[in-house]
Amino acid sequence: MNLALVKPTMDGAASDVFAIARDRLPGKGPVAEVRQAAFEDFAQKGLPHRRVEEWKYTDLRVLLREVAPLAAPPDQAVLDRAKKTLASLDVNGAHRLVLVDGAFAPQLSDTTSEAGVAVQTLRAMLENADVAARADLLRTNVASDAMISLNSAMATDGAVIDVTENAAPGKPIHIVHVATQSKAAAFTRSLVKVANGARVTLIESFVGADGAAGYQAHDSVVLWAGDGADVQHIRLVEDARDAANIATAIVTLGERTQYRAFNLTSGGAVCRYQAFLRFGGQNAHADVNGVSLLNGRQHADNTLVLDHAVPNCTSNEVFRAVVDDQAHSVFQGRINVHPDAQKTDARMMTRALLLSDEAEADNKPELEIFADDVQCGHGATTGALDDSLLFYLRARGLPEKEAQALLIQAFVGEAMESIADETLRDVAIATAERWLAARG
Amino acid sequence: MSALLEVRNLQVRVEEREILHGLSLTVNKGEVHAIMGPNGSGKSTLSHVIAGKPGYEVTGGEILFKGEDLLEMSPDERAAKGVFLAFQYPVEIPGVATMTFLRTALNAQRKARGESEYSTPDFLKKVRAVAASLNIPQEMLRRGVNVGFSGGEKKRNEVLQMALFEPSLCILDEMDSGLDIDALRIAADGVNALRSSERAMVVITHYQRLLNYIVPDFVHVMSKGRVVKSGGKELALELEESGYAQFEDQAA
Ligand SMILES: Nc1ncnc2c1ncn2[C@@H]1O[C@H](COP(=O)(O)OP(=O)(O)OP(=O)(O)O)[C@@H](O)[C@H]1O
Ligand SMILES: [Mg+2]
Repeated sequence: MNLALVKPTMDGAASDVFAIARDRLPGKGPVAEVRQAAFEDFAQKGLPHRRVEEWKYTDLRVLLREVAPLAAPPDQAVLDRAKKTLASLDVNGAHRLVLVDGAFAPQLSDTTSEAGVAVQTLRAMLENADVAARADLLRTNVASDAMISLNSAMATDGAVIDVTENAAPGKPIHIVHVATQSKAAAFTRSLVKVANGARVTLIESFVGADGAAGYQAHDSVVLWAGDGADVQHIRLVEDARDAANIATAIVTLGERTQYRAFNLTSGGAVCRYQAFLRFGGQNAHADVNGVSLLNGRQHADNTLVLDHAVPNCTSNEVFRAVVDDQAHSVFQGRINVHPDAQKTDARMMTRALLLSDEAEADNKPELEIFADDVQCGHGATTGALDDSLLFYLRARGLPEKEAQALLIQAFVGEAMESIADETLRDVAIATAERWLAARG
Repeated sequence: MSALLEVRNLQVRVEEREILHGLSLTVNKGEVHAIMGPNGSGKSTLSHVIAGKPGYEVTGGEILFKGEDLLEMSPDERAAKGVFLAFQYPVEIPGVATMTFLRTALNAQRKARGESEYSTPDFLKKVRAVAASLNIPQEMLRRGVNVGFSGGEKKRNEVLQMALFEPSLCILDEMDSGLDIDALRIAADGVNALRSSERAMVVITHYQRLLNYIVPDFVHVMSKGRVVKSGGKELALELEESGYAQFEDQAA
């Protein structure tokens, strides 16, 4: 092997993506400057690869190869296709905000106002010179990451949501990302501010319209949850089987905040969800749970970084992966307990179920604890279905696939139980049932 | 008419070691057979091979069930055809509610036989009636299969399934182990209620006591992977008196 042949960090095609798109990206002046700087950071780093520790198991130079060109703004035909896709969504009765190929689609979104909820679009804010801090919409406080930088440089639109103090909107807020264009990329950023004492459910869905193939969804969500706020955050990744979904969540919690997240990945060829969660106030609690249902050659990476920066906070991570065929599940869980974050209680439990000899699951827990009076625990298991349980079920008349399905449902059930909202729990369970039914 | 179960000269290996060395057993409809024998003589192995548990290599002989080659069938096909094994050690299945399990299993069997699936109300009615007769509280049925059940409760759950599935061959592997006297009587009553001219039972036990409740037509003594003696119910009493020592030589 010729070791001298190190790939240059940036090839021509990737720089083109920005150069070609630049004029179409909303926001001039300070916004454009932030974009330029962000892109330079990305260009310097290039797509993350296996020698970048945080991306060790998800080498985008191999899995993604290149950043696809920016999707064209949707026309009427595209919106019609997107509308058809929306009809097949499981989640109903939510306040729906639809982004089609990275552009907010008011025609497909709920425009009725919801008490205590204000919605703007990222594009409008970036283009509005009266918004003094508009460039900040594209800045993040998270340690440098190439894909966040790329997202900052390229973001075309997103939902900017304000939930006012003590508000408790009757409906969940549902951001739906629909991709319609093959081999194109959408870049979105949403910002959600949940004021003190507010109570809200945020759902994000990622889907592809019929015929959309090989597309890339690059998304980021920046969420602040104020003191005493209660936020349920559900992600449903059901992208096309040959699509990529590269997403970041940056979450900051206040005092006594309750944050309960659940990430369900069943679609996409290459998925990365990286969540950076910071406890900014005491006595807050976070559940960061997830389930991945993978088959074929799917690759799904859940990377969670929890920063216990203040004392008296608790966190619990429960993650389950069901991995069939040659699919690959990755779970990386990092917990940082800062020096004065005493009485932190942080738990992490991940289990992977391998349904085939070629299925793979990687698990990397990392605990960095600088306080002495804390409770931190992590556990991980990887294994196949238990033969003795399978035989018991089969001896009672269940055919092999049905017996497996029952055990797989039980396996993911524990994580799904954590979804407090019954309707959303049923959506997750229905997704698992569909996945199992498709196994035949 | 052919026998319900016909085991002919069965030879079975587990991990390169032969456990059954040419075992034969014929069970007709309506009969109750007891199998006794020392620890490790191969009783559970026989029951597992009949039920179709993987990991056993049949190196010789055959098993016919209702005249068909049982060894050719998958475990679920055997169950649908009417083979039921009440396990010596029933497993716990966390996350699968007992009710869900019972309904899925019953309907899978019925579907395999080309029968219509039970409606939910009919199913519930049936389960409740059977559970009540076995002193199984409804609360237990909402838990995961056998999860947190006591040893006796697990065994009663096996009898519950047997009553629900109405198999034509019931193999009971040490149903009496771990049961207190009252539980034993309740379970045995449950089994006796299933005795019929259309159904046969094979009762594996170490103790004559169970056979006072479930009175067998035939008793077989197994030793070292073979049936070494068969007789009527009085053979069980004889064994209680004299133990297995007299058979060890014959089996060797
Ligand atoms: N999976 C296995 N691997 C190795 N040996 C096995 C296995 N299963 C059974 N055996 C051996 O086969 C023999 C018969 O076991 P089996 O469980 O059938 O006996 P048993 O008559 O049911 O005994 P008990 O009365 O204690 O229940 C024993 O020597 C046992 O160790
Ligand atoms: Mg045994």
